[in-house]
Amino acid sequence: MSQMLALVDCRHFYVSCERVFNASLQTRPCLVLSNNDGCIVALSDDARALGLKRGMPLFQCRELVERHGIQLFSSNYSLYQAVSDRVMRVLLPFARQMEPYSIDEAFLDVSHVAPDALLDYGRAIRATVLRQTGIPTSVSIAPTKTLCKIAHEIAKHSPEYRDVISLARLSEYELDRLLAKVAIEDVWGIGPRYTQRLRLQGIQTARDLKYADLSWVRRHLSVVGARTVLELHGQACIPLELQARPKKGIMHAKTFGKPAESLAQLEEAVATYTARAAEKLRRQDSLATCVHVFVRTNPFQHDLPQYANSISRRLLYPTAFTADVIAAALEALRLIYRPGYRYSKAGVFFSQIVPQSALQFDLFGDYTLSEHVRKIRLMCVIDLLNAWFGRDTVFFGSQGIAREWQMRRTMLSPRAVTSWEEIMVVYAD
Amino acid sequence: MTWSLDARLLVRRIDAGFPSPAEEWRELELNVHELLVPRPASTFFFCVSGSSMKGAGIHDGDLLIVDRMLTAQHNSIIIALLDGKATVKRLQLRAGAIALKAEHPDYPLIKVTPRMAFQIWGVATYVVHPLTHAPQPWSLHP
Repeated sequence: MSQMLALVDCRHFYVSCERVFNASLQTRPCLVLSNNDGCIVALSDDARALGLKRGMPLFQCRELVERHGIQLFSSNYSLYQAVSDRVMRVLLPFARQMEPYSIDEAFLDVSHVAPDALLDYGRAIRATVLRQTGIPTSVSIAPTKTLCKIAHEIAKHSPEYRDVISLARLSEYELDRLLAKVAIEDVWGIGPRYTQRLRLQGIQTARDLKYADLSWVRRHLSVVGARTVLELHGQACIPLELQARPKKGIMHAKTFGKPAESLAQLEEAVATYTARAAEKLRRQDSLATCVHVFVRTNPFQHDLPQYANSISRRLLYPTAFTADVIAAALEALRLIYRPGYRYSKAGVFFSQIVPQSALQFDLFGDYTLSEHVRKIRLMCVIDLLNAWFGRDTVFFGSQGIAREWQMRRTMLSPRAVTSWEEIMVVYAD
Repeated sequence: MTWSLDARLLVRRIDAGFPSPAEEWRELELNVHELLVPRPASTFFFCVSGSSMKGAGIHDGDLLIVDRMLTAQHNSIIIALLDGKATVKRLQLRAGAIALKAEHPDYPLIKVTPRMAFQIWGVATYVVHPLTHAPQPWSLHP
């Protein structure tokens, strides 16, 4: 049986999430803004029609926003993650196997469906997700991941295919005609560098790439490019990833809501970012061996003195114990901190990550098994409390309480499915 | 031994003293969420504001459980979006006409006309009505 995949993509996902919970938004253009309410990260179709684009800074479109009464939202990540989990849960029974590819996309293995039933199957997926979660999706069906992405690209620009598109039953000739309409830079896996190289060779469209000389592609675009070519031919080379691969590096870095000047403020931020990264580390059952800290001023404020620096520290033993990594990160921060600057961003990065099971104990050293168990138990309790009662129910003192540097989110919608205090109101009047 | 969240770690006793003869018969305790939320992906909670559904046992400040999966039928209690506002009413379907009925003598029947923006959002399945004066987390709404 040959493979058949369906790519399910939630349409302007963040905006759709906001619309599920706010009846008055269905007919109003909306924007969702990035961290610190800086740029547009998601927009509704009607907002796009007004000339707005993803990535535009808010200050550039203020006038348009006011003139058309466009509704603005800060990124409500707790809400989007919860809705995403619901969508994935609804998709699961439709697939033999499934790879959640991002917060708003998933690849489903639908090889079990008869070829002539695929379109109806796609429609059923879309209808069920919409019905249950309120989120509109588009479904793109094809034999390989790359072709699914191409189908999705085609569907975006042709209203008749917007909901469900299938390349499964097309003849080679029909498929090639469609591929000829897809620009090379819109092919999944082809970045700006490859685009340039391919264009120089006269390869302009997905169809050109499909029929390019494979050995040339392999030489110039490496094995990644060659896989893309084969996938365009319908040969599956990029398998579904069914298990999240443990990350080799874990990063937490954020721009401050307000610049920080004092060491105390930076310490709060770095401790908080370290605690978040350590949480991620524990979630994948890993330990970190090395911690890197960086700080920088805002490079776009030319009139202010500029400073940026980073530093690495080796931990005494691999760990995910928050107190230990915070201590190391703060020690590192104090070495690179210079007074007199307005810092706009800090970050923490863990590297040399090892699985928890790889930890070896030093028979005569300071770090014993019982010490390790004590720390695991403590972190389990802390993680549990924070999962049950909300983030930061308990935290380490060095993370601070004022946190004036924290991300600015002034137009946050309620967390309608994760907080009792913020559930929706229904009127009986 | 892992770092991952495991509630059992919190209550696991030290293996000292006498083992419980009932240990291997331990079952999961009843959980009301399972009963009220059989379909978590399509279930939502609402806080009720107003008294127009009192006759149906839905009071001001109650918690309403709503399932988007169910199909609304004649006499279903539904969450409707009416001109951009979420409202709870009993659905009346007669001879092709749609109306929304309140369960309180002071509130008139609303006839849905084609000019109204009307949409059925979900079907109410349960109502949680506190019988004490204890404050409820959801009723802290302004």
